[in-house]
Amino acid sequence: MSNQQLPEHPDFLWRNPEPKSSYDAVIVGGGGHGLATAYFLAKNHGMTNIAVLEKGWLAGGNMARNTTIIRSNYLWDESAAIYEHALKLWEILPEELEYDFLFSQRGVMNLAHTLGDVRESMRRVGANKLNGVDAEWLDPQQVKELCPILNINDNIRYPVMGATYQPRAGIAKHDHVAWAFARKCDELGVDIIQNCEVTGFVKDGNRVVGVKTNQGTINTEKVGLCAAGHSSVLAEMAGFRLPIQSHPLQALVSELHEPVHPTVVMSNHVHVYVSQAHKGELVMGAGVDSYNGYGQRGSFHVIEHQMAAAVELFPIFARAHVLRTWGGIVDTTLDASPIVGNTPVENMFVNCGWGTGGFKGTPAAGLTFAHNIATGTPHELNKPFALERFETGALIDEHGAAAVAH
Amino acid sequence: MLLIPCPNCGSRDETEFHYGGQAHVAYPENPTELNDREWAEFLFYRDNTKGAFAERWLHSTGCRQWFNMLRDTVTYDIQSVYPMGTPRPAPANPAVPDSGTASTAADSTTTGAAAPSTSATSITAPEGATK
Repeated sequence: MSNQQLPEHPDFLWRNPEPKSSYDAVIVGGGGHGLATAYFLAKNHGMTNIAVLEKGWLAGGNMARNTTIIRSNYLWDESAAIYEHALKLWEILPEELEYDFLFSQRGVMNLAHTLGDVRESMRRVGANKLNGVDAEWLDPQQVKELCPILNINDNIRYPVMGATYQPRAGIAKHDHVAWAFARKCDELGVDIIQNCEVTGFVKDGNRVVGVKTNQGTINTEKVGLCAAGHSSVLAEMAGFRLPIQSHPLQALVSELHEPVHPTVVMSNHVHVYVSQAHKGELVMGAGVDSYNGYGQRGSFHVIEHQMAAAVELFPIFARAHVLRTWGGIVDTTLDASPIVGNTPVENMFVNCGWGTGGFKGTPAAGLTFAHNIATGTPHELNKPFALERFETGALIDEHGAAAVAH
Repeated sequence: MLLIPCPNCGSRDETEFHYGGQAHVAYPENPTELNDREWAEFLFYRDNTKGAFAERWLHSTGCRQWFNMLRDTVTYDIQSVYPMGTPRPAPANPAVPDSGTASTAADSTTTGAAAPSTSATSITAPEGATK
């Protein structure tokens, strides 16, 4: 698994066109979600006169800053449905996009360290099975068999008491995912416009009719916001608010190692998650910084905490060196579920609030958001994730239920 | 890591504090008269400012007192610290909060720094690292 070769780059991935004066739809944000949305708009809805605007370079935000984990073992029905749909798309997308992005279904374990964890985990395994999501409960010996470098001794502060396991989960090469979508979008006629920062919106009454950018004003019939950490900044420009708070989320990698870590291991309780990238780096993440931030950097104590947890669980990591740390800006909601749907502004749609889980949701976010933009009404899968739920109280409370704290 | 100037205890590491989100959000005066939209605004909607942001912090392992802080959410620079219940200081005057720093810190016995520096800067990881 870990010694899969990276695919060769085609010479040509996408054009760099000047923006046209008008499009049928404009997607703001050229990350994974924006590109996937554009792809499904073109493929499923025949909308090819569209543009993706990216203020920096393509897929240089959270798409380049995540830990590439893909899984669908969420507790609530609404979440399981959308993330499992995403997982099914991940399974067919390399072929469909004609670009291998090394989706490696090496499985994800979520460790349990307390009796409370054990009960919650078993409950989630049951819920997953009822929702058609592959899930099983492993005892400590089975955990050890799947990941021999894990310390299952009971003399550590939070011993491993078992784990949930989703065999179909895994990792993918995130940059290649972005390039695969971008290449197909380009083939289908989508204009991907980089270094194009949105500075405002043009409205006719309450209807959006254009986007102001540093490359001029672009007229459009529909606008989809896919800007992750900056969604509330864009919403403010458009004249509405989002129940979103942006926080720094850090990750780190070690130098390259021989393949030692055959699966993905996550622990909510001691809070670290670890996988080994295709090239051999140990990739680790943990929780967000507590404070609001847009600086794409975070606090060192968060890294210290996750490293301490990692070394206790994986004693052989004690001699590994941290090579790089980095931060992304995640847009969190109070129920830890995304917001995908209509906004108070007519013809403007928003896809945001994926918090720490956006990467795994990329294909389903793109598919449902494209449906919502093209038809003006939500897809069956994103209907529960509407902005109105904060008013109706129909929250999808994945906080603590989603197998990892946010 | 942020170095936070607690008005009572002086500058301490961020790990001693608990974040309390946006400052100056008042409980509704007439809660029984609020409709669902207004409740949603109070419960779930907070400013998510890119730039100078007024927020609450609790010095949970020190004096255990809440205070307000004006902090830039892009640079993470702390511009001002001021007591709960006082208005947000003018952003043009970041170095000297207009809300009686000396009086809130008058009983400080720990550091001797009765008026802790309000221009503490954050120490953070290198920027721009990507995988």
